[in-house]
Amino acid sequence: MTAAASALPRRWHRFSLSERILRSCFYLLAAVAVIWSIKTIEIIPEFLQDAPAQTADLFARMWPIDWSWYKSGVHAALIETLHTATLGTILAVLLASLVALLAARNVTRSVILNTIARFILVATRSVHAMVWALFFVAVFGPGALAGTLAIAVHSIGFTGKLLSEAIEEAKTGPIEALTAAGATKLSILAKGYWPQVKPAFLGVAIFRWDINIRESAVLGLVGGGGLGMALEAALENLYWDRVGLVLIIIFGIVIAAEILTTWLRSRII
Amino acid sequence: MDASVRSAKSANDSAGHALELRNLSKEYRAGIQVLKNISLKFAGRGIAAIIGPSGTGKSTLIRCINRLTDPTSGEILFMGTDLAQLKGRRLREARRKIGMVFQEYNLVERLSVIENVLCGRLGYLPAWRAWLRRFPAKDIERAFSLLDSVGLGDFANERADRLSGGQRQRVGIARALMQDPNLVLADEPTSSLDPKTSVEIMELIARQAAAQGIPVIVNIHNVELAKRYADRVIGMSKGEVVFDGPPKALEHSHLLQIYGGEGWLE
Repeated sequence: MTAAASALPRRWHRFSLSERILRSCFYLLAAVAVIWSIKTIEIIPEFLQDAPAQTADLFARMWPIDWSWYKSGVHAALIETLHTATLGTILAVLLASLVALLAARNVTRSVILNTIARFILVATRSVHAMVWALFFVAVFGPGALAGTLAIAVHSIGFTGKLLSEAIEEAKTGPIEALTAAGATKLSILAKGYWPQVKPAFLGVAIFRWDINIRESAVLGLVGGGGLGMALEAALENLYWDRVGLVLIIIFGIVIAAEILTTWLRSRII
Repeated sequence: MDASVRSAKSANDSAGHALELRNLSKEYRAGIQVLKNISLKFAGRGIAAIIGPSGTGKSTLIRCINRLTDPTSGEILFMGTDLAQLKGRRLREARRKIGMVFQEYNLVERLSVIENVLCGRLGYLPAWRAWLRRFPAKDIERAFSLLDSVGLGDFANERADRLSGGQRQRVGIARALMQDPNLVLADEPTSSLDPKTSVEIMELIARQAAAQGIPVIVNIHNVELAKRYADRVIGMSKGEVVFDGPPKALEHSHLLQIYGGEGWLE
């Protein structure tokens, strides 16, 4: 036995032959994809060459920044952006909670409802907030209402998906105990699921608010109100010093939101 | 409400048993019986211990009683109804009268101890009261006195996940008693605990059951504990009852039959 074993050299490969062939094919495909992409986007060499000069030129035109415009042209838009993001997030969390409950297989034991809910989550998320804004601008006219609804509907997918996952990860033991005590479904939600899901719920809501601050800042470009409207006004008139101001404000508000949400999350979780 | 509860209790006493199982069977997969036609009657008081090796259907049996697991066939007669037939609201109402203690305690870890005990009343409360934490003053009073009686009076406002295993099981017991049950089921209540704490927990269950006149059915691995605290021992093997009698009648030969050989003794 041992003699036979020592006679045969033992071989070891990380992958089997078929796996290696498959991996080679994959590498080849990846290379083809890269070449194809470069051909498709049709890079014009001259434009590529003077890109640094153009960039420098743009920044030069923004300088000095027109700070005086803040009070008359930007401040109200900034407040509107904050309101759009906040109200949109609250609305999204409310709607997403309902969809998440329907999507969670341990709470809703109906494959049909689960599938419908999952479809809503995917559908709302896969359409960009800008596109939702275009849609709501067409329905309600330009302004913060369209922006808020765009933020709310687009956020349902992200928020709802993370919430439904949190609900599905809830421990079954306590749920079973409350079931055994004769609790109703709603009571089990209140005392079995909610305490377990609460940290994730708050974390997701705060994280989404952070993202929505960034998104609502540009929604005005398509008529969704807020800073984007100010940005568009400045761009249209080629007031580059004002464009610079709006960009700096957006940058500042995003950093501030980031710091605030990081602090909030560390307090909660 | 209280009057009906009391009359139900006395009805149990007069009939002589709190629970009767008739030809209870359970198959998780078709053709493979985990429980084979179990028929048992449980008295209106005292502790019945079910012993047997792992995978023999002890847990399934106890979980079938309050329908956490649905039996494939058979009857579960409790307070004059067949639990096996109940659904929805009527099943919930029946479950309120059966307290349950779990191996892993199954507390809601992020809630306080007192709130976990109050959860035993959820079957009696409308959901909005649960959401708003508006528990009736009578329930809160009772929860505190139950916590005192399981020795955790000072822990009411601690979060449940800060307690030790033994303390958590005490909360679990208080929660079950909070239901004001006519029967308590305990599914391996000591299996996650050290030997000393196991004795304390069994002591507590026995004392509370006697004081409140509630019959208890307990699954237990530890034969010594079963003999010490139970009034009746039920030995199960391969989904069947192979011994049923007082602990004194339980002899070595029975244990061999229940556990299938000498190996477990070493």
